[in-house]
Parts: sequence; C-alpha cells; structure tokens
Amino acid sequence: MDISTQNAEAPPPTPQPSAAVLKSASRGATRPGDRIFLGLSRGSGIFLLAIMAAIAAFLTYRAALAISKDHGNFLTTFEWNTSLEPATFGIAVLAFGTVVSALIAMVLAVPVAVGIALFITHYAPRRLGGTIAYVIDLLAAVPSIVYGLWGALVLVPHMDGLFGWLDHYFGWTGIFEWQGGAPRSMLTVGILLAIMILPIITNVSREVFRQVPQMHEEAALALGATRWEVIRMSVLPFGRSGVISASMLGLGRALGETMAVATVLSPTFDINASLLDPGGGTFAQNIASKFSEATPLGQDALIASGLVLFVITLLVNGAARVIINRRKEYSGANA
Amino acid sequence: MAKRIDVSGLTAYYGAHKAIEDISMTVEPRSVTAFIGPSGCGKSTFLRTLNRMHEVTPGGRVEGKVLLDDEDLYGNGIDPVAVRRTIGMVFQRPNPFPTMSIFDNVAAGLRLNGSYKKSELSDIVERSLKGANLWNEVKDRLNKPGSGLSGGQQQRLCIARAIAVEPQVLLMDEPCSALDPISTLAIEDLIGELKERFTIVIVTHNMQQAARVSDRTAFFNLAAVGQPGRLIEIDDTERIFSNPSVQATEDYISGRFG
Repeated sequence: MDISTQNAEAPPPTPQPSAAVLKSASRGATRPGDRIFLGLSRGSGIFLLAIMAAIAAFLTYRAALAISKDHGNFLTTFEWNTSLEPATFGIAVLAFGTVVSALIAMVLAVPVAVGIALFITHYAPRRLGGTIAYVIDLLAAVPSIVYGLWGALVLVPHMDGLFGWLDHYFGWTGIFEWQGGAPRSMLTVGILLAIMILPIITNVSREVFRQVPQMHEEAALALGATRWEVIRMSVLPFGRSGVISASMLGLGRALGETMAVATVLSPTFDINASLLDPGGGTFAQNIASKFSEATPLGQDALIASGLVLFVITLLVNGAARVIINRRKEYSGANA
Repeated sequence: MAKRIDVSGLTAYYGAHKAIEDISMTVEPRSVTAFIGPSGCGKSTFLRTLNRMHEVTPGGRVEGKVLLDDEDLYGNGIDPVAVRRTIGMVFQRPNPFPTMSIFDNVAAGLRLNGSYKKSELSDIVERSLKGANLWNEVKDRLNKPGSGLSGGQQQRLCIARAIAVEPQVLLMDEPCSALDPISTLAIEDLIGELKERFTIVIVTHNMQQAARVSDRTAFFNLAAVGQPGRLIEIDDTERIFSNPSVQATEDYISGRFG
C-alpha cells in the first residue's frame, strides 16, 4: 500500500536521491490540509446518516406507540378519532387523497411543463425564451401559503363553470360527477398543485433540453427532419430520464404540500369516486389541521401517518430510479 | 441517383461576420470532390451551405446560388427540409442516435420520409449496412444500441443512415478525423465504392486522404485571420498535387504554411 515500503522491497538498488524523493512524496498522503478536508467531508457524510437514523427512529417509535393503541386497522380504517375512547384511526382516506391529488397534479403539469421547456429552448426567440424562463422562476419563489390564499379566494369561486361542464359531458364516468357542492374537492386541489409544481418541472426539463448535444440535433436535421421531428428523434429521447427526474421532484412537492391544500380543501373522512365532490384529505393537510389541538395519542397518530407519507415518497423515488435505469444503455449518457 | 452541383457567387455570413466570399465551382456527379485548406478557411461552412445546414446556426445566412442540376436550392419556395432529404451529410464526430438501436438508426431517415412495410424496411436497412461495409459486423445485434459500437463502426453506421434514403449527394465533413488509421482506411475504401452511385463532397485536413480518395480537389484559403475564406483553385486532384496553377496551393501542399 505504502509507496515507501514497496520501494524498499524493490530488488534493484535505487539511487539514494530518488528514494528520498519518493519518501517525501509518500508523506504527501498525510499532509494536514488533506487530513482536515478528509475529516470534514467524512464527518458531514456520517452526520447526514445520523440525522436520517434519528428521524427514522423517532418516527417509528412514536408511530408504534400510536398504532398499539389503535382499535381500528391503521391501514384500512375510514376514521380519525384519537380523543374518544376507544381511539380508532386509519390512513386509508389520507393515502387515497394524497395519491389522487398528486396524480391529478402530475397529469396536468408534466405535459405543460415539457411544452414550456421545449418552447423556451427550441422555438422561442432567445430574448422571449429568457423572459418566460424568468417568469417561471418567479412562480417558483411564491410561498405556498400565497398559492393557498389565491386558490381559496380566486380559484375556488371560478371552478363552478368547469365543474358544471365536466359533470354535463363526463358525469357518466362517475369520476366527474358533481352534486353541486362547493368546489373544494380533489380536482381543485390537483389543479392548484399542478400550478405549484409547474416551475420546478419546467426548470429542470429546460436545463436538460438545453444540454442536448448539437451533433444529435444535426444528425436529425441532416436526414431532413422538421423541427418537431428533431425534437422527437433527438431532444426528447435525450431528455427522457431528466424529465422523469424533474417529474419526481414535482411529485415529491405535490405529495408533501401542506398549507395550500389545507387552505383549499374541505376534508372529509370518506372516499369518493368523484373528483368533484368532497371526499378525502391528504397526509400533510391532515397533520397541519389537527396537530395543534391533538392529545399526546393524537400527536403520535399523526406522526404515524407522517411515517406512511415518508414511505410512499421513498417508494415513488425508488420506482423512478428503476424507470431511469431500465434503458440505461440507450440513454444519451454513453454517447 | 447522382446530380451535379453548380455554385455561383456564394457568400455566407455568421451574423455580421463574413465567413466565405464569392465562391463558384462545379461538382461533377458520381465523383469525389475534396475540399482542403487551413483551419478557419471556411471549407466546412461552404460544405454546410450545400445542404442548407448553415442557416441552422443562429445568425447564419447565405447569398448566391447553389444549383442542383437546374434547381436553385436557395430559390423561392424551396423547403430546406426537402433539400436536406436530397443531400445527405456525415459529420466529423460519429453521431448515431444514442437512444436508438442500430436498425432504427439506419431506418430513421426512411421513417421520416414515409411509411414502409416491415419487410421493405429491413431490406433497405440490410442493403444500406452492406453498402456501408458494416453488415457483417452488426447483423447479429441489429437491436442493440448504436452507441455501443466502436468509433469507426459508428461512423459507418452514420454513412449507412445517410445512404438509406438514397440521396443525390453525400456531404462528408472530415469524416475520419476522429478515427484511428484502420477505421480511416475502411471509410476511404467505402468512399471509393460509394462514388459509383453518389456525388460525394468531402472536407479533409489530411492531404494524403484527399489525394487518395478524390477525383477533384478544391483548395480554400483566407488572406488573414478574420478575413473571409475564398476558393483559390479547383482542379483534377492529380494536377493539384503535382502541378497546381497557383503558388499558394503549392506552398500549402508542400507544407510551407498552414
């Protein structure tokens, strides 16, 4: 391992000066700057792992306390009752609402975000593209409570028309049936979340599309591809894994969004097939609205629900990894 | 399948910068024409004006005429996309589509141009890969990614992709400069075969290569850095390399500058 010991074993007698040079070089591995930096970076890594372990231990411990006192099934109960005896609570409704609202947001936001990113990088004149990119950055900087207020005061009062239209033409599907109540439902939340995650997906996709090597685009152009065909043959395949990563960042935000959802949604503890009628809540919204008045058991129960959200997010990220890796040899990375 | 190119008074700009000035020449069908000259003399730019790739660069524009047989490529109502489908191009660095298989790479241009039956498509792909002397090396792994091939194989894959659509003209922009000598030899042999069917224009920094593969050679030069490049002379390759009519050509070829 050590150069000086290897050198000592070398059969031909090395001239004295060069041996001395090697020895002093071997001491380079223990220069103070190297050691300090090694310690710092290693320490940071260990610190991160320690924090993660502490959070996981805390969540698991408190969650176990709560679940042991749950008289219902924690995963399937449609109820959240932690103050009366016997305490009965379950995350079924929250899991449903969280996943459904995030999915609506993804379905609405990803195509629009990819479209904006393509427009900025491949269609718009440079200055217009820059301006749009700047405005999108501003959207990302708006605090989520402001989105919540805007959603409650502007979006909700204007949803009646859309809800009526959906009910009229697509009510028969059951998904878009509307009884005519206040439009503070999953669809409204999904639309609001879509607006909130649009900037992050757009920005990351834009950076990916911008990095498409010129030679890949010229390859398509030289075959007589139109601009759209260049995008289809060169830009989108190259950016595919980046767009998936961007979408996962957006999905993570949609899954965990708290204040905006809590401001707009009128939560109920049942599941409704219709996205337009009240039904469901989300993990983060439920924690935010119940935590301040919760009993100790109630707090533990909310922490247990937080642990489930944590697990869902991990699963989503894992799935994204699998998708990205599946066709790795075809990705632009090895070009 | 091969047409004559007639260029007259062609000047190309990048924004305000004039890259090449007043170039006129004729490229004969079914022959290889080589462009040589020092770096920055505009030979690549000129090549890219021949299939309207120059204007893809922001600020790129062209004055003058390029006639393909009797049709002006820069005339009114000419679609640059259609021009590029007629005049194929091979680039300096091999650029197969990294997300496509070998088969799909060759079929890419065909799929742009229309719909083919599966059997037709695989016939053309096989013929093109054979035409690019690559078939024997890849016939067992047509559905593997093209980016997994060696550099020389990738470049021949790009040539197969370009000839699959049966272009009138094949432009090659230093196609061997990123390749090792053996791959270079393979490409040079291939050029010799392809000129039976296509009009070929090749830009090269390697004068031995120009002497080996081309029938006609054009020498480009620029008066000084920042000045536009000009065509100094074009003649039979043999003559250019033995007895050029301009002193600057002889100086360049004998290595006195450039």
